[in-house]
Amino acid sequence: MTEMNMIQSLNSALANMLEKDENVVIFGEDVGYFGGVFRVTDGLQEKYGKQRVFDAPLAEGGIAAIAFGMGLNGLRPVMEIQFADYIFPAYDQIVNEMAKLRHRSGGEFSTPVTIRTPAGGGIKGGHHHSQSPESQFTHTPGIKVVYCSNPYNAKGLLISAIESNDPVVFFEPKRCYRGPFYGDPHNVPTWKGHEYSDVPDEHYSIPLGEANLTMEGSDCTVISWGAMVHVAEEGIKESGVSCDLIDLQTLVPWDRDLVVNSVKKTGRCVIVHEAPKTSGFGAEMSASVQERCFYHLESPIERVTGWDTPFPHSTEWDYLPSPTRISEAIKRTMED
Amino acid sequence: MTGAEGSRGMDAYSVPEAPYRPGDKPSFDAWDFAPEDLSRPDPKTCTAKETVEHAEGLIRVLNDDGIASGEWNPNLSSDELLLGLEHMCRLRIFDERMMKMQRTGKLSFYMRSYGEEAVAISQTMALKYHDWVFPTYRQPGCQFVRNRDMVSMINHCIGNVEDNVKGRQMPVHYTWKEGYFISVSSPVGTQFSQAVGVAMASAYKGDDQVTITWIGDGASAEGDYHYAINFASVFKPPIILCVVNNQWAISTHRNLASGGENFASRAIPYDIPSFRVDGNDFLALYSVTKWARQRASAGMGATHIEVLTYRSGAHSSSDDPSRYRPSDEQDFWPGGDPIDRLKQHLINIGQWSEEQHLELEQKLDSEVTAAYKEAVTHGDLANGPWPPASTIFTEVYEEIPWHIQEQREQLGK
Repeated sequence: MTEMNMIQSLNSALANMLEKDENVVIFGEDVGYFGGVFRVTDGLQEKYGKQRVFDAPLAEGGIAAIAFGMGLNGLRPVMEIQFADYIFPAYDQIVNEMAKLRHRSGGEFSTPVTIRTPAGGGIKGGHHHSQSPESQFTHTPGIKVVYCSNPYNAKGLLISAIESNDPVVFFEPKRCYRGPFYGDPHNVPTWKGHEYSDVPDEHYSIPLGEANLTMEGSDCTVISWGAMVHVAEEGIKESGVSCDLIDLQTLVPWDRDLVVNSVKKTGRCVIVHEAPKTSGFGAEMSASVQERCFYHLESPIERVTGWDTPFPHSTEWDYLPSPTRISEAIKRTMED
Repeated sequence: MTGAEGSRGMDAYSVPEAPYRPGDKPSFDAWDFAPEDLSRPDPKTCTAKETVEHAEGLIRVLNDDGIASGEWNPNLSSDELLLGLEHMCRLRIFDERMMKMQRTGKLSFYMRSYGEEAVAISQTMALKYHDWVFPTYRQPGCQFVRNRDMVSMINHCIGNVEDNVKGRQMPVHYTWKEGYFISVSSPVGTQFSQAVGVAMASAYKGDDQVTITWIGDGASAEGDYHYAINFASVFKPPIILCVVNNQWAISTHRNLASGGENFASRAIPYDIPSFRVDGNDFLALYSVTKWARQRASAGMGATHIEVLTYRSGAHSSSDDPSRYRPSDEQDFWPGGDPIDRLKQHLINIGQWSEEQHLELEQKLDSEVTAAYKEAVTHGDLANGPWPPASTIFTEVYEEIPWHIQEQREQLGK
């Protein structure tokens, strides 16, 4: 075990996989010599060579296309999109190509690409360094969608994503790279001492499709993913209500049993995500919980999300769900 | 006044017009390119700059009279030439039969390679069997060269229970991994940049495997074309990048894909050797492709080829080109017809005759008819049996996740 922040644990996952499987290759903008703008691939080119870890031209559509081709021809590519906001030039290659190859070819071809991409707000990134576009991918059959939230699950999930024979879009909450984010921009701790910062140096995996029950309670189920898991934790404390907090971890396929059993137990549900509300993945969760738990629900399902607006620069703390907004939503579910 | 007029008294911007529209009499400039015009550089040392003339000119081996000459003559044996002719005829007759089946509802849709048969046949013959071909819907002919069972191809087109892609894709969207023929996708252009990745993987693994891919003149306006050229320029994988300039993308003339007339030259600034080749000249196409394979195999990277041809048929069974171009435009195409030209060449060298050609066509017609009859015993799109409905849910992922399994159970099949 080593105490790691999320950058280090992701780097450790990549190093383990480069070591374990010679077909793993890593590429993207600035990931080679420089080691990535967030340092996630730091030192990997030096250790594993330029054939396995390399810089790519500034062309997300081209990066995704060559990943598709490499994966189809026996490699296990791990490509980086430097910010999730810049994934859209690659959208056709992901949605129409990677997601459909296995199916369209009658199972003759498949491409096990992992797309790592830093996502989400809280770094004063404005419109185009802050978005959290997970729902743009959860609506596409054929790809798995993962959203890590801490150093421990980041490594275990990334290893599972790389080892998966299906294409995976892997979101990393950039706000949490160096520490958990509890919704207070004036008090941002590091990962030091956090229970999820103890990370094995060796290879381990967390199965895709399994959520993590990070707090256990009795009266309300709070479902979240990415950076908002920590904000939700703070919101729960502020509310004083006894809650289950579910870190979904994988959005497609999501952990039906954990979610359904929890809501049936508590009878209440709050969903928290930082992406805009309309057609966000919270809508899917809300509908699914209603379908499966309607007769156990004591109150309407609440969603606490980013607003249906472009992500702001100076006023991002009023955009992102805050502990207070989450706390109020939880308390509303408790009203008669 | 109609439309915008700029301050200079001219159209505000240029909107290119096709040279000939229905009712016009086409008159293409005659090609003044001769087989002796262009040298054949050494593929292992050639630079992009050395190919400027080749990109701006036109590589031909057969002249208008079917006589072969020049440095690019691949000097194929008569057996190889006859095999090429047979495959081109097979493809044309196959297409004609499939089109008839489409008209009777046995297929939902079809796309012929009419007038462009040399592209897939000649270029695939110039490769090794294990080279990857990453085609568009206009190169199904590669499969004939590699001896794919014709019944299996028809099973796919008619979406029956034996379709190897399980009724999931439209006709002509073949997949055939055993023949290194990568799955055809409808979004035009995506394969072009993906193929660069396929070739990079071959290079990484150290396989002597070259990848060839094609794109149309129309789709060369897509970003994927430019990604491919640039990534191939940077990473230098063993790849052959072909732009099939057949003049038309449905009704969009090639002058909307580029402001210039020449497609070959576009890769020279990317430092990739580039050639324009007469796409209806079986021998020239074979020779240039062989050159590109030698170069790729020697570790020298990509070659870019403009295959200059004409789409003699409709874009697809859903298209009626008489609405936007003269219906006899193909008759004026300076490159003629690829089958007629190779046939004439074989007659010239005393290896073929009109009688033999007729016999060949009859033999192929019987072959196609027999394959068609066998395929329909497994069902067709109009009448079934189709692949089971469960194939909707399988192979979306390697294993069926719970939510898809639930949906499958809802369908109850």
